[in-house]
Amino acid sequence: MSLMHTSPPHTRAATSTGSVMAWVLLATLPGIASLTWFFGWGVLFNVLFAAGLGVGLEALILRLRARPLGVTLRDNSALVSGVLLGASLPPFAPWWLMLVGMVAAIVVAKQLFGGLGQNPFNPAMVGYALLLISFPVEMTQWAVPQGLFGADAIGLGDALGHLLGIAEPTDAMTGATPLDAFKHKGETLLASEFWATDPLPPGTLNAWHTTALAWLAGGAILLFKRIISWHMPVSLLGAVLVLATLMYASDPSHHGTPLFHLLGGAAIFGAFFIATDPVSAATSRKGKLYYGAGIGVLVILIRQWGAYPDAVAFAVLLMNFAVPFIDYYTQPRTYGHARPNRGIKVYQIDDDEDDT
Amino acid sequence: MSQFNELTRNGLWSNNPALVQLLGLCPLLAVTSTVVNALGLGLATLLVMIGSNVSVSLIRNHVSSNVRLPAFVMIIAAFVTCAELLMQAYAFKLYHILGIFIPLIVTNCAILGRADGFAARNPVLPAATDGLMMGLGFAAVLLVLGAVRELFGQGTLFAGMELLLGPVAADWQLTLFSDYSFLFLVLPPGAFFATGLLIAAKNVIDDRAERRRQLRQADQPKESRRVRVTGTIR
Repeated sequence: MSLMHTSPPHTRAATSTGSVMAWVLLATLPGIASLTWFFGWGVLFNVLFAAGLGVGLEALILRLRARPLGVTLRDNSALVSGVLLGASLPPFAPWWLMLVGMVAAIVVAKQLFGGLGQNPFNPAMVGYALLLISFPVEMTQWAVPQGLFGADAIGLGDALGHLLGIAEPTDAMTGATPLDAFKHKGETLLASEFWATDPLPPGTLNAWHTTALAWLAGGAILLFKRIISWHMPVSLLGAVLVLATLMYASDPSHHGTPLFHLLGGAAIFGAFFIATDPVSAATSRKGKLYYGAGIGVLVILIRQWGAYPDAVAFAVLLMNFAVPFIDYYTQPRTYGHARPNRGIKVYQIDDDEDDT
Repeated sequence: MSQFNELTRNGLWSNNPALVQLLGLCPLLAVTSTVVNALGLGLATLLVMIGSNVSVSLIRNHVSSNVRLPAFVMIIAAFVTCAELLMQAYAFKLYHILGIFIPLIVTNCAILGRADGFAARNPVLPAATDGLMMGLGFAAVLLVLGAVRELFGQGTLFAGMELLLGPVAADWQLTLFSDYSFLFLVLPPGAFFATGLLIAAKNVIDDRAERRRQLRQADQPKESRRVRVTGTIR
């Protein structure tokens, strides 16, 4: 008989923000490795440079705000923002693109609102959205999957040259993403005809699918470590899948397959790494379901009718706006208390007054 | 005279319609993408503000308070129509660029706010001064915003000034960065951002001035208190 009484929860050690963020960083490794494997050293430089910028800018703004440096820098959140932004930017992006993006992310979206925990918007996605609307040319030049060591692969030195802005990206290096190419296929071309013409550089679809699965593996680590809950990714991907299936079922000749929508873009990356930002996302479980589903619906709507090929950044930012509203209506009932009275109650007004 | 100094200081700085009252943000954010747009809208608003303040002040004792707001809006609308016709006559291209935002001056809360808040309670001369200074303050913020957004958005200053000032200004364009474009600042979100920075800068300047004032007060020797002496010193 055990004399030791234990009662749940059996948490052995307190989790700090720093260790949570370190696990997130670890979980991004499969995705980044896959991106680097297919698209070259540029991805690695992007991630490292953006992460370094994130820490540097955070230190700078903390000095300006006269806040303690060590505590805030050890929470690793600036590193995570940098890694996420670096992984979403096109490989071989020049340094100033990342500088502008990280200033928008860390200085404006995070620290001007009061630092970690106070930011209403996902910092990395603010940086990404600002770059996408400001520099559409640079932001839509995704690299051709030439691999790390292939015959046409770009060496370490050349990749560094692109980062420093010495070398301009050539046409042979850049191509469209699958979503981008499919969006601009034209009304007269059927989807089957479009794919028959080999519209993408060889290996592009394979690279994107493998990378999406690598992000999924990273997401599984986060789920296993209980850093994120299943609600948001499942509702997000579920909404994408349901809407994409409906559209594909209604007209397969002009819509991408559900699998294409799921794996061809940033849906999985967004579902596990972007939408799950604990600060700017909804709080309760029910709220997380609504929040994730909202992002999924917006992703499909913007992909289908919007001006941009992929939509994770805009969808996440739009749902960030809705988070206070979602939180207000999905606040769980406290045990022993009545359900909170929410919203405007409409009372029936009796118009049939008898004046006899 | 001190009242006019007070009105000047209020309009241009301490109660600036754009930076402190945060009124009229819609045109402020929408049209300040270049200096010439900002100047055009600033001048039109200034004109309407002086005119409406003077007229409202003139009729202030003859309009009952129940119908004052419709009356003020009618007056403002009349002046906006004048400004619109003037722009059509002398700066037709700029009128086309500014588009809906010229008629929309009617709905600029800064103008109605001054009419109801100041001109309806004061004689003509202070009301006119207030209109002038508030209009200048608003136009100054528009100009600064227009300059910042034009410079950092497309790398030029005073581009297209001939639209407003005629052929004299045809070669006023300064190109500070060539082959440069930062679309974010040209688009309305950049206007929000730049306005926020301007407001922050104003608050910093005010804080510094306040701190300096306190320091100066602390430096001045306080009046020495007389020590009360009891008894006699031998």
